[in-house]
Amino acid sequence: MELAFALAIGALTTSGVYLLLRARTFPVVIGLTLLSYGVNLFLFSSGRLATGGQPIIGSTSQYSDPLPQALVLTAIVIGFAMTAFVVVLALRNLADNEDDHVDGYQSEPKSKPNTEEETEVSGK
Amino acid sequence: MNHWLTAPILIPLLGGILQVFMGYAPISLRRTLALTTTVLMLVSAIVLLVLADDGSYRAYAFGNWEPPFGIVLVLDRLAALMLVLTATLALFCHIYSIGGADEGNRQFHALYLFQLLGLNIAFLTGDLFNLFVAFEVLLIASYGLLMHGKGTARTVPGLHYVVLNLAGSSVFLISVGMIYSVTGTLNMADLAIQVSTVSNENLFIVEAAGMMLLVVFGLKAAILPLCFWLPKAYANATAPVAALFAVMTKVGIYAILRVYTLIFGDQAGELAGLGMDWLFPLALITLAMGVIGALGADNLKTLVAWQVIISVGTLLAAMSLGSEAGTSAALFYLLNTTWVVGGLFLVADLISRQRGTARDRIVTAPRMHNRTFLSALFLIGAVAAAGLPPLSGFFAKLLILQAATPGTQMAWLWSVVLTGGFFTLIAYSRAGSIVFWRTVDGHVENPGNLSGTVSVSAGALVALSIVIVVLAGPITRYTDATAAQLHNSSDYIEILQTPMVGREE
Repeated sequence: MELAFALAIGALTTSGVYLLLRARTFPVVIGLTLLSYGVNLFLFSSGRLATGGQPIIGSTSQYSDPLPQALVLTAIVIGFAMTAFVVVLALRNLADNEDDHVDGYQSEPKSKPNTEEETEVSGK
Repeated sequence: MNHWLTAPILIPLLGGILQVFMGYAPISLRRTLALTTTVLMLVSAIVLLVLADDGSYRAYAFGNWEPPFGIVLVLDRLAALMLVLTATLALFCHIYSIGGADEGNRQFHALYLFQLLGLNIAFLTGDLFNLFVAFEVLLIASYGLLMHGKGTARTVPGLHYVVLNLAGSSVFLISVGMIYSVTGTLNMADLAIQVSTVSNENLFIVEAAGMMLLVVFGLKAAILPLCFWLPKAYANATAPVAALFAVMTKVGIYAILRVYTLIFGDQAGELAGLGMDWLFPLALITLAMGVIGALGADNLKTLVAWQVIISVGTLLAAMSLGSEAGTSAALFYLLNTTWVVGGLFLVADLISRQRGTARDRIVTAPRMHNRTFLSALFLIGAVAAAGLPPLSGFFAKLLILQAATPGTQMAWLWSVVLTGGFFTLIAYSRAGSIVFWRTVDGHVENPGNLSGTVSVSAGALVALSIVIVVLAGPITRYTDATAAQLHNSSDYIEILQTPMVGREE
């Protein structure tokens, strides 16, 4: 079980980091999601892996640590909220720049609407 | 158990919740309530500062759960100092924001108060995982605040800021998991005990986790390889938000100071002083990078944003000397730099409003309005930030230079800090002389007189550098005591023996 668990965490983290380094916001968001899945599983394993253990001492012969479960729950909630926010931000980026590149543009900057015009100011 | 410890957390929390439900109330009512909340927070922070000044540790266990099993809040001199620092900065930025910057977003005040909530939890908590939660609270509020304002200029820097911090949060969680899996605790006082008893085969796990924590705190504090998100994000943020963010990098600094003096302090056995030998060179390179950025800045807000990085470098250099004198000097510099940089952001915004379409760009433009008043504010801010006598920046830098022990360390610190100060001065002189003195023919439409709220708050924040000079004696006494308390962390562990309510002793 340890090997499968470790492989799952490794695969999630690797693909997460790979996608995080992409140039489009959609893969970046997916990458962040996968990374947080990997992290949550990792956090869960910090209380050691055991089957059939209950988090109450005395109810079963082997008990499992309840704290990592609480930590994971907190991390999931926070991660979910943050992902929702980053999705909205990525959509706003797409709407503002008409491009979902993480820098807002692909090669040379287009003249963007709503930024201040370079008029009036004379040279040195 | 001291219930006053929850006040700096509960006040902005309740005030913020009230604001959430008052989005459609008249703006004057919302402003009054929001400002009252910040004033109350400052009062509670000062009460805690007076309490903490007796040098003892006070703990508050949530739900009466005994540490290390429950979450504790711990008040010591450092926490109280950070609370007062934040509350003072926040009050003036908040007064500035009611001058018009809070319009256009019904939840501005709610986000602002939640930001303060997150900051205060981070400073008070005595639990590593709770520190993570505090970081997330202050981050999600800061994401909202960063996007506040008209136009599309903030979208891309905001996206970078959010993605970087989400990656940082993942690293934080991984290191928390690694530390928990070996020590079985996340309470900082308990960790300080457990770290010294870690067996040899597990030592590397804790060591790796400690170094990863340094990466996370370094990202928050904007240490060199992780600092390039900062200038763009801060320079594009609305002025009071950028000014409040002057304290955000200091949260990273605070976390480094807390975790690496307490958990990986002198008592940590094999892990004592973990990562500290990396910090000194990184700090100096950060300082140099900040100065280069400041010299290359093409508008005032970017210039001030690079000043944030310069101050991070200077602070860390002083802290990583590892002596009480160094830490005390760093704390003195921290007060000075946070308030002055915050004030400079506000002054840069005022200047940009008076210059028509030239805004805050460092180019010649027609003569601006209100030049005398604004140039005086800029002069005070620049002198205090660059570290010239007679203002507080000079004394802070002097203390830092004095704290170095003779040898290679002293040679590096003195040469980098002094050369950096000189070039910072050039950057400010260049910006100031072009913006205020060199004018071309033309006319800028008068945007009207400066309103009382904005000029008073910007002026007061910059003028705090004069207050620091006047009160230098008491402040140095306090920072010396704080440093002594930090470097003698064995008393911190006694919060584990805090008597619980209803327990017979």
